[in-house]
Amino acid sequence: MKARVDKQFVFNRRALVASGFGALGFLLVGSRLAWLQLSEAENYQAMAADNRFNFRLIVPPRGAIIDRNNVVVAGVRLDFRAILEPEKVEDVQATLARVGQVIELSEQRLKTIERDLKSRGRAAPVMIEDNLSWQAFSALAVRAPEIPGVRVETGEIRAYPKGPAFAHLVGYVGKVADKDLQKENIALLRNPSYRIGKSGLEKAYEHHLRGVAGARKIEVDAFGRVIKEWSGDVRPPVPGDPLKLTVDAHLQEYAAWRLREDSASAVLMDIETGDILAMTSTPAFDPNSFVSGISYDEYGMLREDERTPLRNKPFSGLYPPGSTFKTVVALAALEAGAMPALERVNCIGHTQLGSHRFHCWKRGGHGMVNMHEAIKTSCDIYFYECARRVGPARIAKMARIFGLGETYDLAVSGQKEGIVPDPNWKRGRYGRGWLPGETYNYGIGQGYLLCNPLQLCVMTARLAAGRSVEPRLVIDSPETPRFESLPVARNHVDMVREAMASVSNEMTGTAFRNSQLDLGGLMMAGKTGTAQVRRITLAERRTGVLKNEDLPWRLRDHALFVAFAPSDAPRFAISVVVEHGGGGSTVAAPRARDIMREALLRDPATRIRLQKMAAEKMGDIL
Amino acid sequence: MSQGLVHPMERRRAIGKIMGLDYALLLLISLVATAGVAILYSVAETGTGFGSWHPWALKHLVRFLICLVLCMGMAMVNLRVWLSVAYPLYGVVLVLLVLVELVGKTAMGAQRWLDIGPVQIQPSEFMKIALLLALARYYHALRDEDSRRLLAHVPPILMTLVPAALVAHQPDLGTAVLLSLTGGIIVFLAGINWRVVVGAIVLFAASVPIAFHFVLHDYQKGRILTFLDPSRDPMGAGYHIMQSKIAMGSGGVFGKGFMQGTQSQLNFLPEKHTDFIFPAFAEEFGLVGGLGLLCLYVVILARCLGISANARSHFGRLMVAGLTGMIALYILINAAMVMGLAPVVGVPMPLLSYGGTSMISIMISFGLILSTHIHRHAELPRMGHG
Repeated sequence: MKARVDKQFVFNRRALVASGFGALGFLLVGSRLAWLQLSEAENYQAMAADNRFNFRLIVPPRGAIIDRNNVVVAGVRLDFRAILEPEKVEDVQATLARVGQVIELSEQRLKTIERDLKSRGRAAPVMIEDNLSWQAFSALAVRAPEIPGVRVETGEIRAYPKGPAFAHLVGYVGKVADKDLQKENIALLRNPSYRIGKSGLEKAYEHHLRGVAGARKIEVDAFGRVIKEWSGDVRPPVPGDPLKLTVDAHLQEYAAWRLREDSASAVLMDIETGDILAMTSTPAFDPNSFVSGISYDEYGMLREDERTPLRNKPFSGLYPPGSTFKTVVALAALEAGAMPALERVNCIGHTQLGSHRFHCWKRGGHGMVNMHEAIKTSCDIYFYECARRVGPARIAKMARIFGLGETYDLAVSGQKEGIVPDPNWKRGRYGRGWLPGETYNYGIGQGYLLCNPLQLCVMTARLAAGRSVEPRLVIDSPETPRFESLPVARNHVDMVREAMASVSNEMTGTAFRNSQLDLGGLMMAGKTGTAQVRRITLAERRTGVLKNEDLPWRLRDHALFVAFAPSDAPRFAISVVVEHGGGGSTVAAPRARDIMREALLRDPATRIRLQKMAAEKMGDIL
Repeated sequence: MSQGLVHPMERRRAIGKIMGLDYALLLLISLVATAGVAILYSVAETGTGFGSWHPWALKHLVRFLICLVLCMGMAMVNLRVWLSVAYPLYGVVLVLLVLVELVGKTAMGAQRWLDIGPVQIQPSEFMKIALLLALARYYHALRDEDSRRLLAHVPPILMTLVPAALVAHQPDLGTAVLLSLTGGIIVFLAGINWRVVVGAIVLFAASVPIAFHFVLHDYQKGRILTFLDPSRDPMGAGYHIMQSKIAMGSGGVFGKGFMQGTQSQLNFLPEKHTDFIFPAFAEEFGLVGGLGLLCLYVVILARCLGISANARSHFGRLMVAGLTGMIALYILINAAMVMGLAPVVGVPMPLLSYGGTSMISIMISFGLILSTHIHRHAELPRMGHG
């Protein structure tokens, strides 16, 4: 049988075969589709959702820092900013150039952006500019959709409404540094708009103030543009906790204003609670300028200023307490029974120890003085004698009872403990024995002895309260702290306090002219101090000691004053140190007086007392 | 043949032709094109949302309607005419292909386009149809007994390989392969010896590695490597295939719904209006829609095969079969490509993908098929004329 060979027959057979292959092809494609859409559907649905949704972190509002009367000293304000997402950008320079056409970008800014880009890698968004004006922000907001990888957003940023007054105490927040990330590498810190506490309370209470980041679900397209925000899918951020300070913002600002021209510090304390009502360091800086990144020049100026505006002087400024320390020496002598209060010492202006002559600040001498008079007139000769009799170890012990040589539990870093020297300390430090002359210097608060203004204030508060008052900066519990009595006889403390009252209120007191409160019967009790910065040579003594005004600023004496008030029922204690200010009585005392007066006038209990006294006076007249 | 004014007989014949159109096929084609319009509408952005006649859907619809008229017009033309123009058409398109080689416009790294005044044409696209016509014409003239002779198949093979080589040189590997396959189908259907078929397949398989190393351009090699290992190029072609699979897979059985396809709307799906339109469709209409569409294609192809089988002339039979095969190849290659079963080659989905050239060439194919249907009873002379 011969096979048919005509074209149609062959065609039909072949067409059938070809159709079969075609059908097979469709079967293959169809089953592949079914496999994708049936058994793999869930996987691919997850991947599609993964493509489509992104989570954007929401920076939590930072906890406010408020003063004792709930006045905000560190809050938040609205901030407009532009952010670069390098992942979505091919040419960063070109993108920045396009942004630069809309808003002005300084050289400095571009450098910062470049540095951030380098250190953070391509995945992390970088702040182009924050603190934008409304005009700049709206101009960029219009253009941003055309510039891939650039977005604008509004957010909250730290603001310090009191400016420099709280600069050292509250500190400031700033950009997260690489070393912060090394310590704690979490998404919130990698967010370019997050600001971390850099100093002061902001740093010490970083975790308390921070809060917990929230997240927002957003729908993005393949180019990373946000298509939609899913308002339903928001995990709101948990705001940081507020921090309540013991400080009274008004007094803080007043003190800052009063010391505005000095390189100085003032610490004001409530002696009953230990609450620090004001703690000022001048000159200061504006913490707001650190929030969005201080310029290099500005920072350089702050750093090179000889008045050290960046330094928190109440904590880290160490000074010889000078004559303010005589109260402690007097108590050490009384407690040791080495110097009865009524015993008189003859001051002829100098005293001899071996070949060395020790001078009194008053050239002619004070004559015969007892302890009360010696404190009132700040006689050096009397306290050389006290110190000689008591010895350095017992002076050191008394100094420690009054809180010198230690740091307090305040959470904030930067406190310097200073030095309360004794023979053991000297051997440990210098490998040499204690010299008798050093005891003399100890008696007038000079020599190795160093303390900071906060310690001076605590010392005064303890003296005024007769208790071991501990300073407090943050109100973290509702109950007021109770303090132990000092291990010092009550009558001895009273004796010293009375002497301090006469410093301010008796004609012959060293601070009489400059520490009158002018509040009727309410009086202040204080002690002046002048800490020598340079050594006075014998030659100079002969020709006459140079006056402070004739010396360059850096060589002038530090002026100190410590006080409490009212003298009969103490409420507040204060210490003021004016660096290179000259004399304690002329420079430090009036500043302390004004701040104290302001504090008393704001104190409700004192006001009632003042009114009562005024009424009694009226009654007397009538 | 006939001369003078329109004779009543002529008119009656014309009406008869119009009545004799395969309306079922036209309806099926229109259904697919409508699906194309719908999905093109769905994936277009408006600026505030999705679903827009602009920029694709309306143009697609208009193009389809114009091409539909053209197609029906072509259907009226006697098969005899197509037979007579087969060789000249092939010649002209071949010349155009050579011209492209010499003065063609370079777009996306390949010389494919020819600028003729206001329009740009892509001769390679028309070569497929011209080739089919010419081959059908050739085999039509071949005597039955000659078709058994191997030598008789040499001219068709050359007629296929010359334009394929030209197109491959552009370089447009996808079209070249499609051209070769289409030609191959005709030669196969015309009855070339089985041994040659098997031999050719073996030879092709053996030449693949050689071609890969010595003939292919780097980007072509890349595509094939990426196909074999999609993770090799996660941001390029591999990414496209991955996103395409995510689009289809996430559609599930019933799809995400009209205008709800996130993959296409958010632009994760590349070329969502052209080569990757099928995943966009399957994302929104799911397995039901995807398989439905494939079935629609199968029905169209089956109907075309029926037309082929019913054609009395060998020319009509072979031409329709070839055109059907070509359309089937388009569909299968495109579907296999978007599903990750074949390397990424620029092959559109017939009637669904947006694009003028593709639309015209597909509708011309249907025009020829419909013409064969109307003139299925026509006996054509074995030699071109008389």
